[in-house]
Amino acid sequence: MIRVPVPMPIAALLMVFLFTLHPGTSHAQQEIRFWHGMGGALGIELDALLQRFNDSQKDFRIAGEHKGSYEDTMIGALAAQRAGDGPHLVQVYEVGTAHMMAAKSAVRPLAQLLAENGERIETKSFLPAVAGYFADGAGQLLALPFNVSTPILFYNKDAFRKAKLDPEKPPKTWYEMPKAMGELVTAGYECVYTTVWPSWVLIENMSTWHNQDFATRENGLGGLDAKLIFNTHLMVRHVSMLSSWSRSGYFTYSGRRIEGERRFAKGECAMVTAASSSYADLRREAKFDFGVAQLPHYDDIRGAPHHSMIGGAGLWVLAGKKTAEYRGVAKFLAWLARPEVQAEWHQRTGYVPVTRAAFDLTAKSGFYKDHPGHEIAIRQLLLNQPTRESRGIRLGEFQQIRTILEEELESVWDGRVAPKLALDRAAERGDLLLRKFEREHRAGAEPGVPARTPRGPKPAPNAK
Amino acid sequence: MEKRVVFRSAWLPYALLAPQIAITIVFFFWPAVQAVWFAFQLQDAFGLHTEFVGLQNFEALFADEHYLGSFRTTAVFSVLVAFSGIAISLLLATMADRVLRGALAYKTLLIWPYAVAPAIAGVLWAFMFAPSIGIVTYVLKGMGVDWNWIIQGDQAMLLVVMASVWKQISYNFLFFLAGLQSIPKSLIEAAAIDGAGPARRFWTIVFPLLSPTTFFLLVVNIVYAFFDTFGVIDATTQGGPAQATQILVYKVYYDGVKAADLGGSSAQSVILMFIVITLTVIQFRFVERKVQY
Repeated sequence: MIRVPVPMPIAALLMVFLFTLHPGTSHAQQEIRFWHGMGGALGIELDALLQRFNDSQKDFRIAGEHKGSYEDTMIGALAAQRAGDGPHLVQVYEVGTAHMMAAKSAVRPLAQLLAENGERIETKSFLPAVAGYFADGAGQLLALPFNVSTPILFYNKDAFRKAKLDPEKPPKTWYEMPKAMGELVTAGYECVYTTVWPSWVLIENMSTWHNQDFATRENGLGGLDAKLIFNTHLMVRHVSMLSSWSRSGYFTYSGRRIEGERRFAKGECAMVTAASSSYADLRREAKFDFGVAQLPHYDDIRGAPHHSMIGGAGLWVLAGKKTAEYRGVAKFLAWLARPEVQAEWHQRTGYVPVTRAAFDLTAKSGFYKDHPGHEIAIRQLLLNQPTRESRGIRLGEFQQIRTILEEELESVWDGRVAPKLALDRAAERGDLLLRKFEREHRAGAEPGVPARTPRGPKPAPNAK
Repeated sequence: MEKRVVFRSAWLPYALLAPQIAITIVFFFWPAVQAVWFAFQLQDAFGLHTEFVGLQNFEALFADEHYLGSFRTTAVFSVLVAFSGIAISLLLATMADRVLRGALAYKTLLIWPYAVAPAIAGVLWAFMFAPSIGIVTYVLKGMGVDWNWIIQGDQAMLLVVMASVWKQISYNFLFFLAGLQSIPKSLIEAAAIDGAGPARRFWTIVFPLLSPTTFFLLVVNIVYAFFDTFGVIDATTQGGPAQATQILVYKVYYDGVKAADLGGSSAQSVILMFIVITLTVIQFRFVERKVQY
């Protein structure tokens, strides 16, 4: 036997290190690894939430780990899972949903996991627009909707006053916008309207908002052979109008991310369409009086406004872990879906409450009187029952499809390409990706995981 | 006469080479072979389903006009980065070589940017030139320039070129400075006595004698523009607006890392590999002939 002498100080250090790593080695505590993409203030809120769960029981410990952006988190989890070392739980943003769904053997469907572990989440209690997004064709929840928001219109009330507009009457429709915009330009605003995430707000949401298809096969929910059909008459009209606004200075393009929100917060832009979850940040930052309103719509389209679409992320359970660990995961997720936990998370972060009970609880507490911005988002999501067209968009390679849309839109804003051509091209290029995705998952993988849940909750009622 | 060192031991030279070869194999050849292998496959993001598809990944790429457009963008970008990078640093090196007082301070300051990571360089420039909050934008607006690279492709290209060049100038500068200092002063003094002005001295003596350095830097800079600049682009334009700054390596990075499309991304990197091999061969066969060692 070879003995390696370890100097005393190092040995002591090692001991300390080992003890700090395992503070509770006396009883076997299962560690559940949870990768997420929430940094900054939201990360602190999330850590506090995990701490509360860890303190509430002794058997499991949720170890949250911030993995960077949503993109980085998902890519990291994919790579780790390929190497057989993935986390138990991962937060995946909306565009990754189709990837997760199609990878059936890599993911444990939520409904099944809960049923196997004797936990219950009332699927019915989720807001329909939210549940629809994270459920399979049979209405079974595949992942837990966690942090969800929807785009709304923010407007600078001081700017409205300066332009002699009624600050309590923001434009309701896209047709009412130019009047307000004109006054704001006259009042000296160089940027009167801008947006964040153009594809999400201006194309995807405008589809559900007007109850129109974005893609065939129920926007990808019904099968992998979906085709993009967002190049509709309405969308061409919408993009043409924005393009002409862009050239006349009514609409200012601020890039593909959230630069538009920053410009609004600085008072540079008078109106912005941004995620409802920005409300808390804007309230803290903006040094002016601002209001929130529904997204503008086209009132000549029948049934509009329908309801808006969600963005944000859900929590997915990865496959290949131990049964005992899954019990902890199920327990944690069931705890997370409790109305009081949800209500608190909603109030502290500005994300939409994902269950009706959490919404009611928050409404009862009088929270919305001081925070009207939080209510608009929920009202917008609850406006109508989701239909086949509006239940959610779930397409493979959605990340790339979004980028394609952004690219093509960018060539429209400076007038180089005609709106119809740009939308047609985006649909054509996106279809190629969808066909490739279909091929990659042809081997028996259909979204719509078979509902094999003996004791599970009843499927959510989905209006068809 | 070539000098040769002969090892008496049969295995010692191999043993001495082994660590370097091991590193090269593990970190260079293995990933490269894997990239070639993936290029012929179709694979989903989790690696659950893999299918051999032959040349289809390549066919799809060449049927995509945007991919072909990205070649042109890359050509424009690399030529701009390599030439302006070399020209500016040559100018700076020549100037710094003439400085007598505080030369060390000048040189240190010029070498500084090399220590900055490409992504940080990108963010720095993006901040200075940001369409709404950038300080340079503010000045440009005052001068009546409509600076908005978020919409205007040419300006976006200019921005990423500036950021990439800035990042590479220090490196070029170091080599030029070393090259300049190895030129015998007597040659230049002799020319000066014969009545040649500074410009003539530069073009007839200094520049030809620097040609090995310039050639080396040309190769290095082209490779830099092709491979190392995606950090700058990711931090600023992400290939936009409307693909105006979508260079080949950024597309490889985006498709492979962000969009988890391993097959397509690998096929692209194989193509990229061939382009750079070809370029380097051309440079060595044709440009090198004009170089005087």
